[in-house]
Amino acid sequence: MSGKNPYGQDSQHHVLSVLVQNRPGVLARVSALFARRGYNIFSLAVAPTEHPDYSRITIVVDLASAPLEQMTKQLFKLVDVVRISELDPRHSVERELIMATVKATAEQRGQIVELTNIFEGKILSVGVDAVTVSLDGSPSNIDDFMAALNQYGIVESQRTGLVALPKLDRAASAGAAKSPKGKAS
Amino acid sequence: MKETLTGAQALIRALEHENVDVMFGLPGGCILPAYDPLIESKIRHILVRHEQGAGHMAEGYAHVTGRPGVAMVTSGPAATNLVTPLCDAYMDSVPMVGITGQVPTAAIGTDAFQECDTVGITRSITKHNELVMSAQDLPMVVRQAFHIATTGRPGPTLIDIPKDVLQNEMTWYWPSDDEVLDSLPGYRPNVKGHAKMIKEAARLILAARQPILYVGGGVLKARAAAVLRELAELTQIPVVTTLMARGAFPDSHPLCLGMPGMHGTATAVTAMQKSDLLIALGSRFDDRVTGKVSAFAPDAKIIHVDIDPAEQGKVRRPDVPIVGDCRLVIEEMLKAINDLLQSGEKQADVGPWRSRVSGWREQFPLAYDQSEPGAALKPQFCLEKLRDGAPEGTIVVSGVGQHQMWTSQYWNFEEPYTWVNSGGLGTMGFAVPAAIGAKVGRPDKTVWAVDGDGCFQMTAQELVTASLERIPVKIGILNNTYLGMVRQWQEMFYDERFSEVNLSGTLPDFVKWAESMGCVGIRVEDPQEAEAAIDKANSINDRPVVVDFRVAEDEKVFPMVPAGKSNDDILLHHSQDSRREFLK
Repeated sequence: MSGKNPYGQDSQHHVLSVLVQNRPGVLARVSALFARRGYNIFSLAVAPTEHPDYSRITIVVDLASAPLEQMTKQLFKLVDVVRISELDPRHSVERELIMATVKATAEQRGQIVELTNIFEGKILSVGVDAVTVSLDGSPSNIDDFMAALNQYGIVESQRTGLVALPKLDRAASAGAAKSPKGKAS
Repeated sequence: MKETLTGAQALIRALEHENVDVMFGLPGGCILPAYDPLIESKIRHILVRHEQGAGHMAEGYAHVTGRPGVAMVTSGPAATNLVTPLCDAYMDSVPMVGITGQVPTAAIGTDAFQECDTVGITRSITKHNELVMSAQDLPMVVRQAFHIATTGRPGPTLIDIPKDVLQNEMTWYWPSDDEVLDSLPGYRPNVKGHAKMIKEAARLILAARQPILYVGGGVLKARAAAVLRELAELTQIPVVTTLMARGAFPDSHPLCLGMPGMHGTATAVTAMQKSDLLIALGSRFDDRVTGKVSAFAPDAKIIHVDIDPAEQGKVRRPDVPIVGDCRLVIEEMLKAINDLLQSGEKQADVGPWRSRVSGWREQFPLAYDQSEPGAALKPQFCLEKLRDGAPEGTIVVSGVGQHQMWTSQYWNFEEPYTWVNSGGLGTMGFAVPAAIGAKVGRPDKTVWAVDGDGCFQMTAQELVTASLERIPVKIGILNNTYLGMVRQWQEMFYDERFSEVNLSGTLPDFVKWAESMGCVGIRVEDPQEAEAAIDKANSINDRPVVVDFRVAEDEKVFPMVPAGKSNDDILLHHSQDSRREFLK
């Protein structure tokens, strides 16, 4: 992705991909740990994985609030946390989804459709004086899209937060990254 | 053959399978089903007067036996009363299993009578906790709770059980070790230190000219006192034992410098400051030890041995981090050092360092002013008398405050597991229940609790439990009629503006109170009476004894490093101020 930081000029973001046992309360454990230790979260996305026993939580953390090493070690102390991958933005593929409802008069509608097509987004819904569009892409790509839509007036929008996986090394087999076994304190 | 049990029967049987011989608790609505099969169980249950007492008793038991303490209480207010002991155990890495009742599963979330979100409330103060939603899960959850509480860095776990889960039927099973491990794929404590790091540590140790062994509670948790002594004696490196590690190395040993930190000995504090290598063993660079972190041991390299990876670099970046069990790591360290010595490597001469340290020890012993004739007793004097009169191997327990610091300073700790206190959380009221738990765990030993008058009033009612259950603990109250440590800070740092710190010189009458709870009560007002009172207390073994020492109200704990200050700014007893230059 580009060098532009989508999370603010002064922040230093890093992505943690956390494989957890798919059990009640696990998200509360993770978020309570971040709150209790004073670690800032930019975004957090959670969903089940291909394996029904595990979920993956993708957390974009603010390294200005605490060293990454302390965050991962404290996180690892949670019994439900099975594995943590630190995803350096340079060595990972990242995606985020945005949905936005934008003001659009009949004349502007065409412009917005064109803009959305340029970004390879989708038109989800069309109203009398507004359209709802979506785009999935890198966070900076989405920032650019938001900036372009802003001139028409964004009525409301929702970003999903980042999800990410390690970029594949051409030499490595994909299966190597799949073992659910981890170690913890 | 398949055997059908209720959840409650399965719970009690699971506890028996975990070799629980005693539990501390108090029944109530939601936990009631679990108390029924307890009647037939060989597990001894000690009925407390307040659930906080059950928790601290479980901790006291765990401190002295190394086995997990068990506390069982009901839902809601009982669970919240258990919060303080759980947090205390979490801070001091005490293995403990809490069991709480919960409202029936169908009522969860409806603000039912005596409902609270126990798992939510205790999430950040337990190593792990679990709300059990099916009776069939109980044996596995119990095994997991004991496994997690006692392995890796020990700590408290909590099992929250809805009433209907206790009443429902299940088919009995007992999971194997492998099944427990498989059920916890995210929990694999690393006990064996990294061989390369241990070798590197051995090299640093042999090269150091001013090394210090900085020993914390982890050494006791790892049952590593014997190998620690080997390491100290082989290398002739002086040892400091933190508040949590008193007894891990004998105080009478020529290499022992006593306790470091805010109220540590001037020698221990200064030796760390001047050290070129701190070998931190199961210690966590607590703020009460380091003082101002940026000024702490500025020239020291750090070897940090801790089983919890998150302690590495949390406060001070180690030069050699070693994640592992202290006993196993020290054993490997000894081998590595011996290998190096055999291959011809020489240890740097620590002779000059040792004589410098000895000089400090001669110049800066613990000091206090003896009381004038007719004036009030000095608390330090009481402790010297208690210490000298105590049978060998006595376990001493304390609350939190001035009396705790004096006990740690003036007692001679010669054996591990003879000191029980609340270090991390600093829980006033810890002493009485923890002493009861300690005595239950080690009935063969004399157990003295040294308490303050403020602390005693927080949990004294558990002496009723002790009398009824025939647990003959001895309590020495250093009664200065104040919240003494608060008074000390207000005197020193708030211009003697004493705010809400005086308890009472007349109320309660501790002797009458003790007697009303079935204890023997003794008052000591004059230094002359101290020895006889202590002898009498030591001779009573059929009931608890409370000795009310009426001590000077304005005595302060020294040495002291004021909060936030550098350890170099240690305040000495006034009689040693003129010698301050020696500490440079």
